[in-house]
Amino acid sequence: MIRALWQALVGSSLRAQPGRTLLATLAIAAGIALGYSVHLLNASADAEFRRAALQLSGEAELLVRGPRQGFDEQLYPQIATLDGIAIASPVLEFQASRDAGNAPLRIIGIDALRARELQPALVAGQSLPAAGLFEPDSIILSAAAARSHGVAAGDLLDFRAGTVTVALRVAAVLPDGSYRQPLGIMDIAAAQWRFGMTGVLHRIDIRLDGEVAAAAVQKSISALLPEGVELLTPEAENLRSAALTRAYRTNLDMLALIALFTGAFLVYSTQTLSMLRRRSQVALMRALGAPRGTVLGVLLAEGTLIGAAGAVIGIAGGFVLARQLLASVGMDLGAGYFRNLQAALHPEPAAALFFLLLGPLFALGGTLAPAIEIAGMPAARGLRAGDPDERVSAFPALAGVAAIGSAAMLLWAAPSTGLPLHGHAAIALLLAGATLAFPPAAIRLLKLARLPLPLPHALSLARLLATPRLTAIGMSSILVSFSLVVSMLLMIHSFRTSLDAWLDQVLPADIYVRAGGGGETAFLSGREQQRIASIPQLLRVEFLRSRSLLLLPGRPPVTLIARDPGVDGFSRSLPLVGAPAAPGADGPPAVWISELVADVLALQPGDPIRLPLGMQPQIFAVGGIWRDYARQNGAVVMDLADYRRITGDQTVNDVAAWLAPDARVTEISGLIRAAADDGSALEITATADLRRLSLDIFDRSFAVTWALQAAALCIGLLGVWLAFNAQALSRRREFGMLRHLGLTRREISVMLGVEGALGAAIGAACGMVAGGLIGLILIRVINRQSFHWSMDLAVPWLPLAALFTGIILCAAVAACAGAAMATRQEMTRAVREDW
Amino acid sequence: MLTLKHLHKSYRDPGDRPVLRDICLELQPGDYVAVVGESGSGKSTLLNLIAGLELPDSGRILLDGQDLALLDDNERTRLRRRRMGFVFQAFLLLPHLTVLDNAALSLRLNGVGHRESQQRAAALLGAVGLSAHLHRFPGTLSGGESQRVAIARALAHQPGLVLADEPTGNLDAGSASQVLDLLREQVKSRDSIGILVTHSSAAAASADRVLRLADGILRPE
Repeated sequence: MIRALWQALVGSSLRAQPGRTLLATLAIAAGIALGYSVHLLNASADAEFRRAALQLSGEAELLVRGPRQGFDEQLYPQIATLDGIAIASPVLEFQASRDAGNAPLRIIGIDALRARELQPALVAGQSLPAAGLFEPDSIILSAAAARSHGVAAGDLLDFRAGTVTVALRVAAVLPDGSYRQPLGIMDIAAAQWRFGMTGVLHRIDIRLDGEVAAAAVQKSISALLPEGVELLTPEAENLRSAALTRAYRTNLDMLALIALFTGAFLVYSTQTLSMLRRRSQVALMRALGAPRGTVLGVLLAEGTLIGAAGAVIGIAGGFVLARQLLASVGMDLGAGYFRNLQAALHPEPAAALFFLLLGPLFALGGTLAPAIEIAGMPAARGLRAGDPDERVSAFPALAGVAAIGSAAMLLWAAPSTGLPLHGHAAIALLLAGATLAFPPAAIRLLKLARLPLPLPHALSLARLLATPRLTAIGMSSILVSFSLVVSMLLMIHSFRTSLDAWLDQVLPADIYVRAGGGGETAFLSGREQQRIASIPQLLRVEFLRSRSLLLLPGRPPVTLIARDPGVDGFSRSLPLVGAPAAPGADGPPAVWISELVADVLALQPGDPIRLPLGMQPQIFAVGGIWRDYARQNGAVVMDLADYRRITGDQTVNDVAAWLAPDARVTEISGLIRAAADDGSALEITATADLRRLSLDIFDRSFAVTWALQAAALCIGLLGVWLAFNAQALSRRREFGMLRHLGLTRREISVMLGVEGALGAAIGAACGMVAGGLIGLILIRVINRQSFHWSMDLAVPWLPLAALFTGIILCAAVAACAGAAMATRQEMTRAVREDW
Repeated sequence: MLTLKHLHKSYRDPGDRPVLRDICLELQPGDYVAVVGESGSGKSTLLNLIAGLELPDSGRILLDGQDLALLDDNERTRLRRRRMGFVFQAFLLLPHLTVLDNAALSLRLNGVGHRESQQRAAALLGAVGLSAHLHRFPGTLSGGESQRVAIARALAHQPGLVLADEPTGNLDAGSASQVLDLLREQVKSRDSIGILVTHSSAAAASADRVLRLADGILRPE
């Protein structure tokens, strides 16, 4: 019986309209391919990141980690001689650049004999003395570093860290499997000496001897650590590194899943229309004695098979897409998080299986409701000629309202493990709710409006209003895809507008000078600062000292920015969110914290904050909270004078300079370089270039979202085309009658085109509302909680209007094409078919 | 006046037997004729040729002196809109329009304003006994009621030619009789030409003249 049912209900439909089944399959495939490719890239990048970190920490059980500027090497012998320590290996770690064309290279300085025990993957098997590691001008490169710099053993290279340039000879190149990322390895003493970091360490790797309880050893080590230096396990450090990009990766994963969601809606609309079309066949089978459960099973099996076929195609397509994306935009999809990461795809069977199951699952979800309805319909009603039952139950609309209400409630929940998963759940609920509740509401409003359209357009409107269910189904894919596009447009435009305004405020000077690449190892001395300040063509100069500061438990160090408050003070020169604290006469000095610091430490303006500066932790008052789009780990701004008073450090890293009206950037650049001890190390950039660079990075970061939006929009339009194609075919008799009554083919096409345009307008209008709400969730919840970035709402009216118009036009054209196809058939035969 | 002159029509290959052979007919306003014949005898083909939905292989069809073969598809469509009314076996009412809107459809298509078309359609629906059902939808009507709405739609714009293709094919005997009487009465009262295509002798009996189509030739019965 099942075979007979399959032939009657599925086989005949497949034979009659194989294209529609194929398109539904491809819609699922497209969603799966997008989802899987993004996940594959993210997972591979994450795996590569962790592998690299674990290789570097090797067999160490504990790490003593200092800030980027390092800590005093005197700590090393104190720790190395503690009871319970088997091996302690000191490490210097910094970035050095060759030239503008090459990314900075990570260089570690190690004690080779100790590192042999702890990082065997890096140094075991190497004849280090023979390789020349103990030579002060030698460096060993990983294979990836040698490849990216195009060098081989024996080559001589110039490396610059801070203001120091060092010529090093490539003593050896590690075999490919030793360490996959670009890395340079030097003898620690040579690195300290050659790069001017004598007495500094960044890390101490520790292996315990197991004879003393680990907790006791940790306690002993912690007691020795100065402010800003912490003890952690390699796993904790990995987690911390991964946390940097976790929010970005989660958001991309969610975006890809939403593309899959759109595909599922397309399957839902296709299957619903297909089932409605086959209701008489189903009713006939029921009348002939087929049990309801068996009919339901056959219909569900059809949907599941479509999903499964789509999933198989999608997994293969996703892998190919991921490879293409890896080759063209990199592992981070252009965002710049893993710029130096050398990576290959690592497909995991579990993830592939998960996405493979999502296809049939989503397709089954899309098929369930229409299949239950059709299989459960009394046979007598199904056999009656006429349009499908258009009695609209209030239940879906009420369920939609309930889903929207639940979404609203979820927005009040706190982030789960630092991720706004409730925000993503709210988006899914809002989308589902909007799809169920908005179209019926819009159709009701349209009924009340009683638009006075001339014939034949009045027929289009009457048809739409009389068939709210079919209209809603046809529009569901456009609603979903358009709402996604609107929300992304709204978020990206708001972000870009806010970034633009932010750049205006944080880059008030004409040029910016950085003491050198390679992190916080390059400084300008007091004498150099005086010489730069005295350049007559400079109207004004502000100095800035930045360094990392271990402030937030379990998170990477924040950036401390000590700078001149400028003529207006920090309350005017920083992009504050909210009002600053009222200045207290006798209170502690003020610092200005970024939103991330305020969120993580739950601080408000006026609250006290303890900073590990100088010999003793210092208490400050939070002067205000500012918006920082530049540093993802948080930042604290303080007065340079306070910083110098507390630390005694007179150096600076950056200079902001305002030029005299007749001064030219190139000329001033030369004067500034001349004022520095090593002027060639300075990076001098005009503000306009900095702005352009920042906006370029922003645009590159969001490039992948445009592709996802385009995919969602295409799937949505495909849904409209399918819906109107199906309608046009099922309405051949109506068109035949209208041809008899004197409507030309063109007029019928235009009529259906107007119907398509009206339907798309309803879908797009509903999508606009839903998209606006989702955009607000993205701005106020997802971004705020993922990245701790607030932004001002800015509506891209013109692109939205263009998109709205474009989608209506596309839908109209799709509907016209469907009508043209239907009216090409013989009209005289069409009117003879049973109505 | 409708004039058919030596119409020939065949399908498939030229060597096949023609569906219609040398059909000649002249009908004046007020004429109400029935065309009967077996299934596949070419009745519907004849109707399609008269409606301008198909073109003859040879011969001429003149409606008030206008040769349909000289018009392009759009011109024939507009001619149909203005000058012809159709009644179908399956009623073919638009399910999403009310009875009144369905009846007013041909008027609206001919550019009559909404208010006037509703008034005229309502009057016609009154004449066919449906004034109590103006705002109901077709799905709620019986077969006989549906066909009366279709008749109102076919006649509302006062066409010179009314073509009815098996109008009682889906109706019971009682309803069929009512519909046939109504169709004849309405065609006659408007001085239109009525052509009723049917395979039912009883239906054909309602016409002034009965023509039989057999072997492609139209003969008086």
